[in-house]
Amino acid sequence: MPDSQTPNSQQSALREPTAEQRRHWRLVVEGVIAKHGARPEQLLQILIEIQEELSWLPLKVVTDVAERLSISRARVEGVVGFYSFLHTRPNGRFRVLFSNNIIDRMLGSQTMMDEMCRKLWLQPGKMSEDGLVSIGPTSCTGMGDQGPALLVNGMTITKLTHQRVNLISELIRKDTPLAQWPQDLFAVDDNIQRKDILLNSALKPGDALRAALANGPDALMEEMKKSKLRGRGGAGFTTAQKWDFCRQAPVDEALGRVVVCNADEGEPGTFKDRVLLTRYADLVFEGMTLAAYAIGAKKGFLYLRGEYRYLLAPLQEVLSARRAQGLLGASILSQTGFDFDIEIHMGAGAYVCGEETALLESLEGKRGTPRIRPPFPVTHGYLGRPTSVNNVETLASACLIATQGGDAFAKIGTAQSSGTKLLSISGDCAQPGIYEFPFGATIAEVLEACGATDVQAVQMGGASGVTLAPSEFSRKMAFEDVPTAGAFMIFDSGRDMFEVASNFVHFFAHESCGFCTPCRVGTSLLTGYLDKLSNGYGSKPDLAEIDTLNRVLKSTSHCGLGQAAANPILDGLKKFRPAYEKRMLHQDFEPAFNLDAALERARQITGRDDAGAHILEEQA
Amino acid sequence: MMNAVVKPPRPKLRVATTSLAGCFGCHMSILDIDERLIDLLELVEFDRSPLTDIKHCGPCDIGIIEGGICNSENVHVLREFRANCKTLIAIGACAVNGGLPAQRNHLDLQEILLEIYQAGPVIDLDHARIPDDPELPLPLDKVHPIHEIVRIDYFIPGCPPSGDAIWTFLTELIAGRTPSLPYSQLHFD
Ligand SMILES: Cc1cc2nc3c(=O)[nH]c(=O)nc-3n(C[C@H](O)[C@H](O)[C@H](O)COP(=O)(O)O)c2cc1C
Ligand code: SF4
Ligand code: SF4
Repeated sequence: MPDSQTPNSQQSALREPTAEQRRHWRLVVEGVIAKHGARPEQLLQILIEIQEELSWLPLKVVTDVAERLSISRARVEGVVGFYSFLHTRPNGRFRVLFSNNIIDRMLGSQTMMDEMCRKLWLQPGKMSEDGLVSIGPTSCTGMGDQGPALLVNGMTITKLTHQRVNLISELIRKDTPLAQWPQDLFAVDDNIQRKDILLNSALKPGDALRAALANGPDALMEEMKKSKLRGRGGAGFTTAQKWDFCRQAPVDEALGRVVVCNADEGEPGTFKDRVLLTRYADLVFEGMTLAAYAIGAKKGFLYLRGEYRYLLAPLQEVLSARRAQGLLGASILSQTGFDFDIEIHMGAGAYVCGEETALLESLEGKRGTPRIRPPFPVTHGYLGRPTSVNNVETLASACLIATQGGDAFAKIGTAQSSGTKLLSISGDCAQPGIYEFPFGATIAEVLEACGATDVQAVQMGGASGVTLAPSEFSRKMAFEDVPTAGAFMIFDSGRDMFEVASNFVHFFAHESCGFCTPCRVGTSLLTGYLDKLSNGYGSKPDLAEIDTLNRVLKSTSHCGLGQAAANPILDGLKKFRPAYEKRMLHQDFEPAFNLDAALERARQITGRDDAGAHILEEQA
Repeated sequence: MMNAVVKPPRPKLRVATTSLAGCFGCHMSILDIDERLIDLLELVEFDRSPLTDIKHCGPCDIGIIEGGICNSENVHVLREFRANCKTLIAIGACAVNGGLPAQRNHLDLQEILLEIYQAGPVIDLDHARIPDDPELPLPLDKVHPIHEIVRIDYFIPGCPPSGDAIWTFLTELIAGRTPSLPYSQLHFD
């Protein structure tokens, strides 16, 4: 995300604050730190909450926070710099971020962003002169079923139309506080289109826990094993095995083990966890409590992506209700020794924090850099304690297993993929939304269900997944065939698959955490080549270079982000090659930009226009 | 007695080198192969190069480019090398990535020139202005790595690459093997 660096914002960043301002800043810092305790592992949460009050993080505040937590200022600045939702420069009283995923773009997000910029007299990525508003793009906000979407001061608005853009621009121009905006602007639909065992669940809070407590943790582990449940977050690791490793890991009993629910849902085109957290939050928290019971954990975290900030208050309410019902806290359901509670941690706009070890770093209040493994989180996770990190859907599914038994669950699906899978369907179809299918459903069946015709391609599993061509639509959704973390983006024959891949690669370049060189440099070189092609300067040798880069990224990146970053192009070159070749306008090598145009600035400055002030095309 | 078969000496490869937007550090590093320079001269002869002072590049086997592209003259020289060299090598961070000179890329060209020619410690403030003599090559708005202007066959990273790395690379290439540098010659920490 380009930091808005208008001279204006620079000046006010550097201007000495008034004594009044300083007092206010200090008060806010003290208030937030009093709430969290001066614990460095709360750093990210503290910074997020301070910024919610001040709308940015002045360097003086950064210094104060460092002092109060007794950590270096460099560490605090490092964290602020890492997360794209945190700013050390004033960034407008209204901060508008348009979701930039290909699906939102297909629905017109770019024109709407331009329109809003025009209406409010500013450039994308910049703050208006009066400090009122800044507008820019952001990675997928998880609203592909009801885009185009935007975030204003962290709150989600979906289904953008020209009327809505008008209305929002007006509200901003009149400086209307967010609390006074029409509330229906902030409505988010669930769009549940097809239910199966999970979404049909009629379990009441406590049902699954009571069933588990009746038979003890060993019996629960037994059922989990029988269920053959595999993680829904992408990697598909067997959940029972993960829990088993964690419960076997040596632990300091006073600290206990940790359960983490991964609700980062950053994969472009994925939004099924959003719906589970909206409609089935009890099931998710109960799944976490089951995991705690099975592995002997005392502490739980839900790591909620910053884009879902609007879900924080409702989720806190569910947690309070569960505490009141004796389903969380000390002696859960009157079982002495079964103590477990859940804390919600917010993310702040970093896709890589969905990777489980980056997530743990982020939970500890650090930059979200993936850890070197081994040791794995199951033995050394949050603050070095044995930790099980599971996806939202995985944990919700555990409730079904606790009540109906592992065998019943394993009967559904395929041999290696038991149960059902939630799909987040978006793009060119009649009915986007959430579809629950048993594993083993074919791509064609899914397309039929959502009313998609004239389909050119399906992107399974998000930007890092696979691009499927029509010849593959008889393949099955299953770990043994086409695995998926839940995204299902549909592109009809009118779409340009080069644009799709290019959008994904720009996403990876933007989200690369920068820790390892192959990914940090490789993703930006890759975007350079794609832009070159897209600007009409492509030539054959470029494809060879892209190929080499793809191989370097795949084989040498430190984490899954870099390893997957080349996928969209690799699939694209294999299955949609003409979309690339039609951009190869030149047989031999072409420069990446117009050389003569690159002299224009200097011609203007010097007033020259002689022959030497131009670079001609080379004679072939 | 049979006549001994006399192998004709292998023709020497022709090598050209130049420094574009670089600091000559990479050329210093070429000299850093020390006495092996004499061995190298058994295998190659130099065409255009700061070592020979030949002004234009003729047909060559290998071209070695130090530095990125910051002005129109750089473009012309680079094109001349590409047109004449069978194999073109980017040597050093500046040629490979733009390097230090590319630090100006996030600044506006006019701002930079004004800072240098008017705001800096100017001797004659009344006549200070941005040079516009047609003799001078115009600066590009941004500094570019050379592979964005012409096709490049090999890259030798480093700032500068060590004499050993250059030696390994050239001898491998001349021997007809695809050069690859061992880790010890690639890392700088
Ligand atoms: C770059 C990257 C992003 C990821 N994002 C998510 C995510 O948003 N949600 C998620 O559950 N898993 C995500 N994962 C997978 C997690 O690392 C981890 O495998 C998963 O949370 C484990 O839960 P499960 O076993 O229930 O699937 C991501 C992995 C990578 C490499
Ligand atoms: S692959 Fe990319 S995201 Fe992963 S650690 Fe390396 S730089 Fe960070
Ligand atoms: S790479 Fe380093 S040594 Fe070589 S020209 Fe550039 S700055 Fe000089």
